[in-house]
Amino acid sequence: MELLDIKGLQIEFPSRRGTVVAVKGVNLTVRPGEVLGVVGESGAGKSTIGNAVIGLLDPPGQMSGGEVFLKGEKINDLSYEEKRKIRGRRIGMIFQDPLTSLDPLQTIEQQLVETIELHLKLGKKKSRERAVDLLHQVGIPDPEVRIQNYPHQFSGGMRQRVVIALALCAEPEVIIADEPTTALDVSIQAQILELMRKLCREKQVGMLIITHDMGVIADITDRVAVMFQGNLVEEGTTQKILGNPDHPYTKSLISAVPRADVRLRRFPMVDYIEKEEDRKMLLDISTHWLGQGRDFGKIEGPLISVKDLVMTFVTKPAFLKKNRQSFNAVDSVSFDIKQGEVFGIVGESGSGKSTVARIISGLYKPASGAVFFDGTDLTQLGSEKKMDVFRKQMQMIFQDPFSSLNGRMRVMDIVAEPIRFHKLASSNREVETIVTDLLEHVGLGRQAAVRFPHEFSGGQRQRISIARALATRPRFLICDEPTSALDVSIQAQILNLLKDLQEELGLTMLFISHDLPVIRQMCDRVGVMKMGKLVEVAETEALFTNPQAPYTQELLSLMPKLDKLSHKGLDVETS
Amino acid sequence: MVSFLFKRLMQSVIVMFTVALIAFSMFRFVGDPINNMVGQDTSEQERIELRERLGLNDPFLVQFGRFSLNAIQGDFGVSYKYRVPVSGMIAERMPATLELAFVAAILSLVVGIPLGVYTALKRNSFLSKMIMTTSLIGVSLPTFLTGIMLILFFGVVLRWLPTFGRGDVIELGSWSTGFLTASGLKSLILPSITLALFQLTLIMRLVRAEMLEVLRTDFVKFAKARGLPNRLVNFKHALKNTLVPVITITGLQLGSLIAFAIITESVFQWPGMGLLFIQAIADVDIPIMAAYLVLIAFFFVMINMIVDILYYAVDPRLRADNE
Amino acid sequence: MENIVEKSRIARILDSDIWHSFTRSPVAIISSIVTLIVIFSAVFAPFIAPNDPFDLVAIDIMDSSLPPAWEVEGDPRFLLGTDDQGRGILSTIMYGARISLFVGFASVIFSMIVGISLGLISGYVGGRTDAIIMRIADIQLSFPAILIALLLDGVARGLVPKEMHNDVTIYVLVFAIGISGWVQYARTVRGSTLVEKNKEYVQAARIIGIRPGTILRRHVLPNVMGPVMVIATIHLAIAIITEATLSFLGVGVPPTTPSLGTLIRIGNEYLFSGEWWITIFPGAALVILVLAVNLLGDWLRDALNPKLR
Repeated sequence: MELLDIKGLQIEFPSRRGTVVAVKGVNLTVRPGEVLGVVGESGAGKSTIGNAVIGLLDPPGQMSGGEVFLKGEKINDLSYEEKRKIRGRRIGMIFQDPLTSLDPLQTIEQQLVETIELHLKLGKKKSRERAVDLLHQVGIPDPEVRIQNYPHQFSGGMRQRVVIALALCAEPEVIIADEPTTALDVSIQAQILELMRKLCREKQVGMLIITHDMGVIADITDRVAVMFQGNLVEEGTTQKILGNPDHPYTKSLISAVPRADVRLRRFPMVDYIEKEEDRKMLLDISTHWLGQGRDFGKIEGPLISVKDLVMTFVTKPAFLKKNRQSFNAVDSVSFDIKQGEVFGIVGESGSGKSTVARIISGLYKPASGAVFFDGTDLTQLGSEKKMDVFRKQMQMIFQDPFSSLNGRMRVMDIVAEPIRFHKLASSNREVETIVTDLLEHVGLGRQAAVRFPHEFSGGQRQRISIARALATRPRFLICDEPTSALDVSIQAQILNLLKDLQEELGLTMLFISHDLPVIRQMCDRVGVMKMGKLVEVAETEALFTNPQAPYTQELLSLMPKLDKLSHKGLDVETS
Repeated sequence: MVSFLFKRLMQSVIVMFTVALIAFSMFRFVGDPINNMVGQDTSEQERIELRERLGLNDPFLVQFGRFSLNAIQGDFGVSYKYRVPVSGMIAERMPATLELAFVAAILSLVVGIPLGVYTALKRNSFLSKMIMTTSLIGVSLPTFLTGIMLILFFGVVLRWLPTFGRGDVIELGSWSTGFLTASGLKSLILPSITLALFQLTLIMRLVRAEMLEVLRTDFVKFAKARGLPNRLVNFKHALKNTLVPVITITGLQLGSLIAFAIITESVFQWPGMGLLFIQAIADVDIPIMAAYLVLIAFFFVMINMIVDILYYAVDPRLRADNE
Repeated sequence: MENIVEKSRIARILDSDIWHSFTRSPVAIISSIVTLIVIFSAVFAPFIAPNDPFDLVAIDIMDSSLPPAWEVEGDPRFLLGTDDQGRGILSTIMYGARISLFVGFASVIFSMIVGISLGLISGYVGGRTDAIIMRIADIQLSFPAILIALLLDGVARGLVPKEMHNDVTIYVLVFAIGISGWVQYARTVRGSTLVEKNKEYVQAARIIGIRPGTILRRHVLPNVMGPVMVIATIHLAIAIITEATLSFLGVGVPPTTPSLGTLIRIGNEYLFSGEWWITIFPGAALVILVLAVNLLGDWLRDALNPKLR
């Protein structure tokens, strides 16, 4: 019999602008020992499902329809007190961010024992024993000692293990995990997922995992439910959904996931939502302003050359030098970027890749080392005015679409700012024309100019950022995780746009990412960074098919195995 | 832990030093000390001699050093107006102010914190809304007006409580206390309520705001998701986390009670340091002003240190930074 | 070419969540109306006060100590009664409110300018400048504002020769109350600046080459003003109360230009002899004014806080 049975669930959020229906008539079942994945992009409504089942929807959200059964008993219309008894004891919940999930003022022991005592009614001594045992099961080393620590004394991965221990400590029958690994590094993610699946099987617990990450789905789920804008569009075994989906949305979603196993010419669009516009015909680059001033002649040697770059951050400021503690975020890094090539840097968080980008762009001053741009050392320039010349040729797009635009400025002013600063146009009229042309060229439409950033979605905001970056007609573009914060389908659009622009305008690009499949699709050559050091540099294909450095091999092995995913509809590059 | 204490101590010393400098500057530059000390008919010659004798022609640093040394021993010179040592005047009146501030502090905390917690937990209850509305009025009432109204109502109309002075006091060594007499206690009631009211409402609103913030955090949500009963969630997890940031601000507020006592003392003719200070301002009696300034600074610095140590002891995250 | 339709500023404001919350809250509406009435009557006092309390010719000592018009001995000419000099209470309140408001607003604006500038610089430049400014702020925070205001006032009194006293005092007062309040603004603005400084749109501006001064003005400042407005309303209430307190204690505005605090002080002497109206009415006026400002501030804070929606 089903452990958890959700029938016709409907969740609404009344607001003054009308009622938003987040979830429309969704049916889900979870069996013992089975992992059900609920996948969808942002806006699909999946996160609210977990909260609704345990009765903790954030107001003003409410469950306006449907029923939830736990082992045959109806639980959605129980009183608050009765629901409370179920929480933790029969249904365990794991949230996304382990840092904020734990009470910072209490030791792990206190938090574990409190929950165990409450649900299992054991004495203090027995509860403590059980707590230590649980920590051991989730893989915390030295549980006897570490149980006395406070949450902030654990690393992110360890904290999530503690959270899992807390969710399991009362022996629930069902676990609901809401994006449990999104806040963790790739390597840690693999371990945590492994742990969760193992515990699930051993204890015959049913698990509902809510995520947007296809890799997670491929890794540990037995069955998958696909959600789109509040509706359940398809459901089936993981094999089927990933390898041979039926519904058009699922098909296009799967095909939009960046692959590490093949190189594609272009990212396929999730054309269930929108057809890719035929952008190419919009502007004739050779005659347009954008195309002017672009005759970069052949240059001797690389365009960008980074030599022995070192960047130090102080972790413990102190008056006396000997007491000061610091670490090298970037440790003697050297590489070249040829004109017209796309060079990628891949690494986990803390590897120093973003720091390198910021040094090259001039945001940070390195402790030592040089950055050569077409022969000139940017670190030795001395005056702001001299730097301005280079600033025109080098621009950057950032990761977070929600903080990369000034919310109080109109799009027109945001994109015009660099043009006005560098005095690239002779009149206001000309500036406006250039800006509206740019906006059209990145796929936004002329109307965008008079709007404010908050009126646009994440993907559209990234387009605005791209327009701003192109406004100075740069020859070098730094992309710092430009699509990491976007949905899979939007990611495909933006990456395609970047690819197109790079070809059209002959841009040299530095592409930073933690996402190996994306790197494979976008870059010509790749550098791998670990803890500040550059461990390997190679041509992309060579790196992926024949990695030399042990760390690179390790990283590649940790990638989620997406080979189960169907290859239908992919535009594979055959070189 | 030791390095933390040391740093705080150094900071406190710097603050005291700055205050001493300001106080001293007041002494030197505001008005001519000589003119304030002697009568009209003292001859020019005598003034010059006096100046020399008092060392007023010495370089700035020497004078400052002398001032600081004296200040540390509690010697602030002689009041311009009353011609008696300032330290004596202040010491005489200190117990009155401190007792008043103490009672007001206890009142603010004992009433303010629970009210803050209640209005946060039961946000939408009728009582909460009433309390919040009253608190708004409380924050809009200047202390002196509260005092006047209380005097009018309880003193004049109802004639229940005395309206000025401290009542009878008993000397315990050099400390005169009003706690041990009936009239002393009765006299304390109105002034301490007046003094406490403003702080009370501030503390209440602060606790409420903090608690509402904490109730929204993920770990509270997770605690509920684990099935912990509300009582446990609210009082064990939420409350503790609320009180940590509240400690600092509460400490500061209580310190400022000593200064706010100035107003209350004026309205109730309470014979404390504050009343003395106000009169000194009107008379431009610099020695008293300087002494009061340094003394208040000292109290504040002490309270700040205690608060910082408390904070350190209560929040484990601060301790870990030094491991 | 399509017409690019731009929503005008007014249209945007009317559609915003803030306006909506305003029109839904009777408290906010009433308190703004009250504040407006008070401000209006204060500003236009010379024109609309029933009588000029400072015109020495018009005051008649025979009119002194009359109770409010609705009492037995009252005189319809003086709606709220007269004081010991024969001045109409209603008029003195209006003129007094004028002074109170002036000092209140002026000191808040002074505080804001000093506080915001220092906060922006401290937050953006960081390093030693930041440390110094924050150290000064900490030291100043060690003292309650009222004490600082008192001290500055007292010192100024000593420094300025007696003849100039009456003219200068008001400005000294504004300065004193202003200085005692800048720290709050500086701290908040510094905090917001630190947050905004690391946001990517600021980094994008730096990469374009925009200079720090322009970045602060064009990008950071508009984004930190929200919390500042909330503080400003609270601060306005506090500034008005502080001025009233100082005047009540006798060390505020000069007696020639009495504020509400001064009036209360004068009336206090007559409280026990039964002439209650001389204190109570100015007192009530003060409380109503401050209450209205506080209510507006409260509403503004709730409206601007995205998490409470």
